Amino acid sequence: MGESDRLTRMAFTRTAGRLGLLSCHLCNSLTESAPGAYEGRCSRCGSHLRFRKPDSITRTWALLIAGYLLFIPANLLPIMHTNSLFGAQSDTILSGVVYLWTSGSWHLAVIVFIASILVPSAKLVTLTFLVVSVQRRSTWDPLQRTNMYRILESVGRWSMLDIFVVAMLVALVHLQTLATIRAGAGAVAFGAVVVVTMLAAMAFDPRLIWDPRWTRHE
Amino acid sequence: MVTLPVIACHECDLLQRKIALPPQGRARCRRCRAILYRDYPPGPDRALACTIAALVLFLIANAYPIVGLEVQGNRETASLYDAVHTLWVEGREDVALLVGFTAMLTPAIEISLLIYLLLPLKFNRVTEGTVPILRFLQTVRPWSMTEVFLLGILVALVKLEHLARVEAGIALWAFGSLIPLLIIASMSFDPEELWAKVTG
Repeated sequence: MGESDRLTRMAFTRTAGRLGLLSCHLCNSLTESAPGAYEGRCSRCGSHLRFRKPDSITRTWALLIAGYLLFIPANLLPIMHTNSLFGAQSDTILSGVVYLWTSGSWHLAVIVFIASILVPSAKLVTLTFLVVSVQRRSTWDPLQRTNMYRILESVGRWSMLDIFVVAMLVALVHLQTLATIRAGAGAVAFGAVVVVTMLAAMAFDPRLIWDPRWTRHE
Repeated sequence: MVTLPVIACHECDLLQRKIALPPQGRARCRRCRAILYRDYPPGPDRALACTIAALVLFLIANAYPIVGLEVQGNRETASLYDAVHTLWVEGREDVALLVGFTAMLTPAIEISLLIYLLLPLKFNRVTEGTVPILRFLQTVRPWSMTEVFLLGILVALVKLEHLARVEAGIALWAFGSLIPLLIIASMSFDPEELWAKVTG
């Protein structure tokens, strides 16, 4: 390996932030920051750039706490009220899963359980773990933690499933002689959980996971 | 500043040299395995074709009923608009807004803005306001949930099967074919090509 090769290799095990370069989230180009400045404008597309997402940890915490609080009514309040010839019935998310299971559609019960209960709770717990690890400047397996972040960011949207199910049921079984279905207050709380946890994942900056590696090695 | 053939990873900030990719290849970050950039088919043709097809399907998906329900000889159908409308009328405005926003408005914005960008590109022109539109598309994209909505319809259908005879409407098929088209469109749209044109 030639000397110039070795030098470029060294130069490229650096992060943009360490070299004072702001990377654009929109057009991928790099802009040199003014000395001492924390933010700047992209030289190619003019986007407002910062080295890291602003107040990432504080904002993620705020949205996470909101998510935890909303998770309680989302699971306890009924998401759906059914009025039929056989009487009135209120369903929470969990009782909806149980109903699917006992009525023989076990595969759907599994899908709804994963999307509505497993994904939101796993998302809250995993994101909490990630924020705490970043705050403690942990250097434990950053690749593993980045993968966790990727998974929670990509599966989050699927939790909207139950909201859409309720919306379709309400529209179809509406002013029917056989039954009427109405959306319950739990649906509002549940929708809010999905939105808030998506915002929390967006507020978190995965680059923070990798940052302590440099400061520790110096 | 000139654009260097260097890229910083969005997920771990590591600087890396850009290299030429084989057709349909993807470059991944050396450290965190994030996808840095892809190889796209040249020109906006494929992306434009898929987006226009997606627009037609989206209109069908919204204009026609998604499912029909038959109870004691009464036939009731529901479209996406009916779902939003019923929720609104029954006092669940918040849920109605959430469904309308994620299943109707956001996909509509996404598709129409893509056409607005791609069509002039086909004739080698760059549309006014390209940069703010790209910025807006990036913000809006995570909230476009057509594929989750489709799964929601299917779950609702199975739940109703015990109550009444259900039949799939035209819109269900339209939603089903809309999703792969949107995926192909976003995978063949090269933002770098647009950036090169914007900066002249």
